[in-house]
Amino acid sequence: MYTEQVMDHFTNPRNVGEIENASGVGEVGNMKCGDIMRIYLKVNEQDVIEEIKFRTFGCGAAIATSSKITEMVKGKTITEALKITNKQVAEELGGLPQPKMHCSNLAADALRQAIKNYQQQTDKHK
Amino acid sequence: MRKVYLDHAATTPVHEEVFAAMKPYLTEHFGNPSSVYAIGREARKAVDEAREKAATALGADPQEIIFTSGATESNNLAIRGIARAQQHKGKHIITSAVEHHAVLDTCLALQKEGFEVTILPVDEYGLVSKKDVTEALQEQTILVTVMMANNEVGTILPVAEIGKLCRERGIVFHTDAVQAVGKLPIDVKELQVDLLSLSAHKFYGPKGIGALYVRKGTGLNIYSFGGAQERKLRPGTENVPGIVGLGRAIELAVSKMAEKNKRVQCLRDKLKAGVLAIEDTRLNGHPEQRLPGNLNVSILYVEGESLILSLDLKGIAVSSGSACTSGSLDPSHVLMAMGLDHQTAHGSLRFTLGDDNTEEEIDYVLEVLPEIVARLRSMSPVYAGKK
Repeated sequence: MYTEQVMDHFTNPRNVGEIENASGVGEVGNMKCGDIMRIYLKVNEQDVIEEIKFRTFGCGAAIATSSKITEMVKGKTITEALKITNKQVAEELGGLPQPKMHCSNLAADALRQAIKNYQQQTDKHK
Repeated sequence: MRKVYLDHAATTPVHEEVFAAMKPYLTEHFGNPSSVYAIGREARKAVDEAREKAATALGADPQEIIFTSGATESNNLAIRGIARAQQHKGKHIITSAVEHHAVLDTCLALQKEGFEVTILPVDEYGLVSKKDVTEALQEQTILVTVMMANNEVGTILPVAEIGKLCRERGIVFHTDAVQAVGKLPIDVKELQVDLLSLSAHKFYGPKGIGALYVRKGTGLNIYSFGGAQERKLRPGTENVPGIVGLGRAIELAVSKMAEKNKRVQCLRDKLKAGVLAIEDTRLNGHPEQRLPGNLNVSILYVEGESLILSLDLKGIAVSSGSACTSGSLDPSHVLMAMGLDHQTAHGSLRFTLGDDNTEEEIDYVLEVLPEIVARLRSMSPVYAGKK
């Protein structure tokens, strides 16, 4: 039911963990549907995502999409990262089973939350 | 890679003796049981013999056995059949919150058609109480349908007690015995059931064949029309190889049942001890009053589908009640009815052992599972939060 890419990211997830003193943290999902994704960012002064980590509670699709997005945005600017959609993440993984497209495909939302959190924090400091 | 199948509540492999019994009816004995000539009579004889075997296994008379395509059809036929036949007497049906969807959704469909449906609650172990049944019974009640053993958590429900309550009041009682055949002794007279559903592929028979026990004098309305097969309750040319397979399979299933149960339970208990030794795990279902091969646990801080996928990568086949595997956005209705919170239900894992499992296989599962749990927990934000 899952593509090879999904299984690859599920079995060898990239960038698992947390970032101490992260520039931004985003969390989406809820326990009711059984998916919770948390993304940590380290953003440098040029607004480039230097480091990104995640922790996810969820199914294979939830873990794989979280892992995939960290790979997709590392080294990208905030502006570039904000353009990524959940659909693109799924496409990069060779697609997801239809029922998973809505419930477990939240990585771009989590990333956006993390960026929003980063922007709020930097605004405060200005 | 080694393969360990621990999902016998989902389905079982066809026993080789069952396959051997079926084979001639797929090839040389292909006749239609309704034909009068020799090749048809041969098929008729095989169907009759299988019916006798099924009846013997249940303590029923052969004419009380109706062959169907499986338990889903049996449940639909029983519930809809009684509802239609007795709606002039009343329109109230009682069922339980932990039934299989084939029962629950059939009742809910009838509710939409104007029947009143009471869904009995269960306790934390998945048990229906006799008191709740008694209180739910009304003048208008025409049918009570409660399963014999639960497919997810293995809890054995008090059907004999419910049967007695119903019989005293002249109310039809149906039980879905899909998970019970070959694991619990079944005598339809002792249980005082009027209707009982079963499916062959749950006890080493083929898929696509099941039966409904219909106690003599229990009138069912039919909802599919055609020939005179199965006393017109289930028209259509008989699935002769399937029926032969069911007959042989049920005969094997009930023979040496205590011995087989003891062996399976011993393996299950070993698995249970090993799995529950993992930190932050809990048993779901009744600690004692459960099917011998069933182990349902929740592994906290991880999600069921990711556990299944990880175990599958190690060749181990199990199932879960997580939303991802329940085919909806919600986790298993059975676990939720037992009062589990969402996280605990999402982290549920069901192992159902069968006659073919070995101790070595259990050791293998216990060897790989802790690593899998540790890996998934290391990724889980909820586990990180717990620390």
